[in-house]
Amino acid sequence: MYALMKSKFNTFIGGIHPKEDGKILTSEIKEICAPIPKKVSLFMNQHIGAPAIPIVKKGDHVKVGQLIGEAHGFISSNVHASVSGKVVDVLPYPHPVTGIKSQAVVIENSGEEEWAETTNVVQNIENVTPEEIKQRVFSAGIVGLGGATFPTHVKLAPPKDKSIDTIVMNGAECEPYLTCDHYVMRNNANEVLEGLRLVMKCIGCKKAHIGIEANKQDVYHIFKNSLAEDHSIKIGLLEVKYPQGAEHQLIKALLNREFKPTQLPMEVGVVVINVATALAIYNAVKFNRPLIERVVTITGNGVNKPQNMLVRIGTPVRDLLEIAEPSDDINKIIFGGPMMGIAQGNIDAAVTVKGTGGILVLKNQPQYNSHACIRCGRCVSSCPYGLNPSELSIIGESKDISLALENHVLECKECGCCSYICPAKRPIVHHIKFTKTLIAKQKAKK
Amino acid sequence: MTNNPPGGTPLIVSSSPHMRDDDSISRIMWTVVLSLLPAGIAAIFVFGYYTLFVIGLCCFTAIVTEIVVSLLKKQAAFAMIKDGSAIVTAVLLAYTLPPGAPWYIPVVGSFFAIAVVKHSFGGLGNNIWNPALAARAFLQVAYPVAVNSDWRFFSDPGAANVLKNIARIGENGSLIDAVTRATPLAKETGAELYNFSQLLIGSVPGCIGETSAIALLAGGLYLMYKKCIKWYVPVTYLSTVFVLSIFLPPRTVTPWANNPFYHLFAGGLFLGAFFMATDMVTTPLTKKGMIIFSVGAGLLTILIRFYSGYPEGVCYSILIMNTATPLIDRFTKPRLYGSKSKK
Repeated sequence: MYALMKSKFNTFIGGIHPKEDGKILTSEIKEICAPIPKKVSLFMNQHIGAPAIPIVKKGDHVKVGQLIGEAHGFISSNVHASVSGKVVDVLPYPHPVTGIKSQAVVIENSGEEEWAETTNVVQNIENVTPEEIKQRVFSAGIVGLGGATFPTHVKLAPPKDKSIDTIVMNGAECEPYLTCDHYVMRNNANEVLEGLRLVMKCIGCKKAHIGIEANKQDVYHIFKNSLAEDHSIKIGLLEVKYPQGAEHQLIKALLNREFKPTQLPMEVGVVVINVATALAIYNAVKFNRPLIERVVTITGNGVNKPQNMLVRIGTPVRDLLEIAEPSDDINKIIFGGPMMGIAQGNIDAAVTVKGTGGILVLKNQPQYNSHACIRCGRCVSSCPYGLNPSELSIIGESKDISLALENHVLECKECGCCSYICPAKRPIVHHIKFTKTLIAKQKAKK
Repeated sequence: MTNNPPGGTPLIVSSSPHMRDDDSISRIMWTVVLSLLPAGIAAIFVFGYYTLFVIGLCCFTAIVTEIVVSLLKKQAAFAMIKDGSAIVTAVLLAYTLPPGAPWYIPVVGSFFAIAVVKHSFGGLGNNIWNPALAARAFLQVAYPVAVNSDWRFFSDPGAANVLKNIARIGENGSLIDAVTRATPLAKETGAELYNFSQLLIGSVPGCIGETSAIALLAGGLYLMYKKCIKWYVPVTYLSTVFVLSIFLPPRTVTPWANNPFYHLFAGGLFLGAFFMATDMVTTPLTKKGMIIFSVGAGLLTILIRFYSGYPEGVCYSILIMNTATPLIDRFTKPRLYGSKSKK
């Protein structure tokens, strides 16, 4: 089967074929709109870069879509209220992704669902200028919804010395279990394509490629039909392999261009936009609607009703679990997919952020005992970046920072192929993350 | 870091990825044990039931040694034995011993393999040399007579007969049954060749597990199918030996010296190529490294067979290449993604 696919579709070197796909749980199920939460907690750092500055205080009344956190610096992003009601607190709250307590605005929903005046205004997008697109994307607080949450307005303003010739839209969704991008592509194909065209217009780029994994034939045909007239946008079917949706692997498969793991795609003249981000861009430019909700996949063997939901940012996980009907013996809750997701320690504290594309609820999860490396070399051949994960893991255990740097630990993207494939069940990614933290600490000291 | 969800089971907080492949060390090791079975059965047919005793003694000593070591290291003995690596080592060691080896040979060898070669370097994963081969080399030095020249070839698989022979050897230490040399490769000039059907089936003199090429090939193919070994390691090793044995001039000219098939099927090459050169721990990590390793081992095998006083070269060639493995690894690092040249 895979041999056939290999000859048929483009892909990259390395990577793995995860044993479970899990997408079937949710890919055919229609979305149910999650009820508007009674209370939301909105982090000021929903994105990579500097946290936003809260501009509301306890007791303020806010409307849906009202700006509550202002971007601070260039690589930063705005944060908007996702419900209308009263600000009950502005406090440090445990962040579901970093695990560190960060500033968050807690809003209690008054139930009025009152939208801010500036939002939901239909605008003409025919004659919109690149500057206007950039401005609206920035004010809407849009970040990369694929998971990395890089502020999108920064991507739309590449440095002058980098000429961008191709936009790549990422519809690969290589993480097992997650189907939120699939859902968006199937139900909002035209909006997504409009969003992509806006990005092309904004950057002044004539070509675009859409990358879709071969397990999403339905959206491939939807796109193909919509793009029958438009020859500037090409669609590429890609082999179903993890991490096909990572920027480096996607660009390699679609355009056969390579760049270093420490570099951004603009090095090879490419800007990558996730499909959900494209939809958010369309909504921002067309309706002036800030990013206050996104599609989230709630799935896994720990819930009885796995599904995709349109979820307001900052919704407590507990609310979502109630709809999905969790079983009693769940023992792992993951923000994101099984390969790169973050395990949550406190079910009551966890709230969704802009980067949360999936909540994986699992039961019967084993705790693995790791063994010394037996040098089978599987991690080396599965590493898409040509690193030696086994060596990095052993170095990580001995906390040797300089040796780790010599072995290019910073070029690791933590995709998890090495840990997945390891027969000794070594927590390789854990060791690498740990080493990176040590390096960051050492840097901070200097 | 755990917290109680509705049901009360604590949540596991661990680093990504949260999904792991089903393969594990013990699964790999037990697959290897399984793949070694055909050669063991062939050995019983060719050499008699005493071989079973040798194999069993190797395994028994290995397990006892593991238990003692685990007590000394204050680790769980059961977990250590369960990973199966000791049994793999013990069976491989037994396969490199003469079929009539006296009882102390497997005991000393197995102890040496587990306690000295494996655990004194830090246990599974940290040993530099293949434990079975290193123990075999040790036995060769410690008991040269028993391992090198004191070989019996039991063409009759009748158990009673064999055991009787053993008992009688035990009494006076002399040889009764048909005596041949350690391996078909050691036959004197002018001696007639074993025909190829004999070499394939394994009814030729040799070590317990090395003679039956068909049984070893079956085990090797099974390991490839189970993705425990890489096909290019045995293929490169065997083809290197094949090609070199045609073109290199041997020191002593024998009828079989430049017969490549004889070099492939006689002696321990199949055992070495499928089960020793593919050992994960003591061989390089990358494909390129493994090919360098196999070519080197093939070259050394032929050099030893042709130009040394020793008829068989597989054991030492693999041990020497084991020693070179860290060096090979250093020079065969994979290309870093996005970098143009190799580092």
